Amino acid sequence: MALKTETMILNMGPQHPSTHGVLRLELELDGELIVNVKPHIGYLHRCFEKHAEAMSYPQVIPYTDRMDYLASMYNNFGYVIAVEKLLGIQVPERVEYIRVIMGELQRIASHLVAIGTNGLDIGAFTPFLYLFRDREKILSLFEMTCGARLLYNYMWVGGLSHDIHPDFVRLTKEFINYFRPTITELNNLLTFNKIFIERTANIGVLPLDTAINYGVTGPSLRGSGLAFDIRKEDTYSIYDRFDFEIPVGQGLVGTVGDSWDRYYVRILEMEQSLRIIEQAIDQIPDGDVKAAIPKRIKPPKGTVYTRVENPRGELGYFIISDGNLNPFRVKVRAPSFVNLEVFGELCKGHLVADVIAILGSIDIVLGEVDR
Amino acid sequence: MYQFLFNLSGSEIIATIFTAAVILVFILLFVLFAVWFERKVSAHMQDRLGPMRVGWHGVLQTIADFVKMLQKEDIIATEADRKLYTIAPVLVFTGSFAAYAAIPFSSKLLGSEVEVGIFYLLAVSSFVVAGILMAGWSSNNKYSLLGAMRSAAQIVSYEIPTALVVLSIVMLTGTLSLEKISQLQTAYFWNWNIFGGPEFSLAKFLLIPFMFVGFLIIYISTLAEVNRTPFDIPEAESELVAGYFTEYCGMKWAMFMLSEYANMFAVSAIVTILFFGGYQSPFGYLGNSIGAEWLVPFEQAFWFIAKGIFFVFVQMWLRWTLPRLRVDQLMTVCWKYLIPYAFLNLIIVGFISLL
Repeated sequence: MALKTETMILNMGPQHPSTHGVLRLELELDGELIVNVKPHIGYLHRCFEKHAEAMSYPQVIPYTDRMDYLASMYNNFGYVIAVEKLLGIQVPERVEYIRVIMGELQRIASHLVAIGTNGLDIGAFTPFLYLFRDREKILSLFEMTCGARLLYNYMWVGGLSHDIHPDFVRLTKEFINYFRPTITELNNLLTFNKIFIERTANIGVLPLDTAINYGVTGPSLRGSGLAFDIRKEDTYSIYDRFDFEIPVGQGLVGTVGDSWDRYYVRILEMEQSLRIIEQAIDQIPDGDVKAAIPKRIKPPKGTVYTRVENPRGELGYFIISDGNLNPFRVKVRAPSFVNLEVFGELCKGHLVADVIAILGSIDIVLGEVDR
Repeated sequence: MYQFLFNLSGSEIIATIFTAAVILVFILLFVLFAVWFERKVSAHMQDRLGPMRVGWHGVLQTIADFVKMLQKEDIIATEADRKLYTIAPVLVFTGSFAAYAAIPFSSKLLGSEVEVGIFYLLAVSSFVVAGILMAGWSSNNKYSLLGAMRSAAQIVSYEIPTALVVLSIVMLTGTLSLEKISQLQTAYFWNWNIFGGPEFSLAKFLLIPFMFVGFLIIYISTLAEVNRTPFDIPEAESELVAGYFTEYCGMKWAMFMLSEYANMFAVSAIVTILFFGGYQSPFGYLGNSIGAEWLVPFEQAFWFIAKGIFFVFVQMWLRWTLPRLRVDQLMTVCWKYLIPYAFLNLIIVGFISLL
């Protein structure tokens, strides 16, 4: 007669060191093997979309900062593009260049956290601190520009809150020269570390069709081998002027679409971001950083949907205007939220230790998942 | 030392208590140092400074932490098995403390001259497993339970390669006594077992590569036995919060930490004794050359502790460099690689020592 066995429910989070915030995972375990995963979200819900309805258009910008707090610049970017499209205004060239540079610096800063925490979850403590050291340098550049280190409120409708500091260009170039070798250092220390590869290669393989069916975007989709990047596919701002590549996962050490591929795509993307910044930094034209727009922003009736390539994927803003000072509705397509959906699928059949490796490679920010 | 105290006091009990007290004081001092040292090592590896406020470069930080720990409320979870929960940390600490009884710090400073020293050491250090299992089970917490199960599996598995390497040394030296193994590798560093032992012959040179392999195997498996990265799976912070001692706080928690650091030194001591001449100085003794015989045991203790701390430093170095393995990979490393190689090494060393 077979022994009666039963699975164990393990509640991981919301207070857990490596759920990247307040995510609660209900793991159904057979020994240490995952039978089923149920993510429970909503612990950080702050009613962003409802709040936005009670605010005037510029007042929404600080709220977008607080969604994906590791990529605040980019959240601003997406929102202001949407409102400008609604208003039908053109911003000065100088603003476009500065926005792209800030956005790409933000992408590097965000990927540094993603890579660092992914390594940290697997037990590599030192690379994490090295990456945070480098991120500090980017944050200092932001602080120099707008005074804030995390939540910038920097990009405004029709322009920017401040012009760049006179030293900004020089320091950014210094940062680029400093940062290139540290990517090599990181590769030696963590990326091609045998243990790290053992832990992430062939773990949490995301096949391309599953990724597309779930609507996964960003580095997680590109890790599965599809070169889909909104900066190229549906280009916005002035991204069409720059020469850069879209890195994709190639299964260098395992299967295409495994955790290592998602991780490595981010490293390659940082190099591409550096390329974009290098091209843009020398071309910043002179001029004003604010377009001539009325004090009271009152877009005409209508709807708009814009999407930008946030460090985590496709960030979309759907805005309905009824012609008043406040938006009638602001709907956000948050990449972390959509990417999290596929998480349960990835974990099945893996061990508890793999759950965190996979979660780290998807790179979610709970502030954006819950909004 | 026991003998010395016995002669001095004439009482077995007093001699035993004093010997134990000296070792306990050593452990406490070592832990105070090692915790600070680990924080400093990790900090400097990571571009940080580490503790800087309490004392010179934070040397007194551990004492401050210890005082804080003493003041903590001793919480026992309602659903916990109170008896086992209370016994577990004591048992774990007893295991690691008892191991020190047989470790010869110098030719004079040793707790007890056990003829089967290395055997006793291996037996007593696996005693810790019972405590860990108790802690994990009695906490009534799933993370603790998973941590304890992992730990038990890991420690039991890694005993085997350790024992196999120990056997090869025992074959070479013909004794189980730690004191005698240390004595044999006397005077200069080329007499250490890692360089093929004291006998100058063809066998010595043939042995050198296999002794290096043996050293690597035993060092890796002792890393696993003391739950250090890359084998710190039982307490994998990012997975299991803190593993088997998740629910512990205050002094009970401190007991686990104490035994963890005590174990780090104990396994380093084993490696030192087996391969690196134990308490023997690599360059001969100052005491002998200036005619002050009494100085020799102190020199020996210095060399022993210095070697031990060096290996503890290597453990820390590894910890702050490498990520950690997964449970199944950990077992693979042990059963598929370390044990076969250790066996092979044992056979080859056996043949060579017959030469």
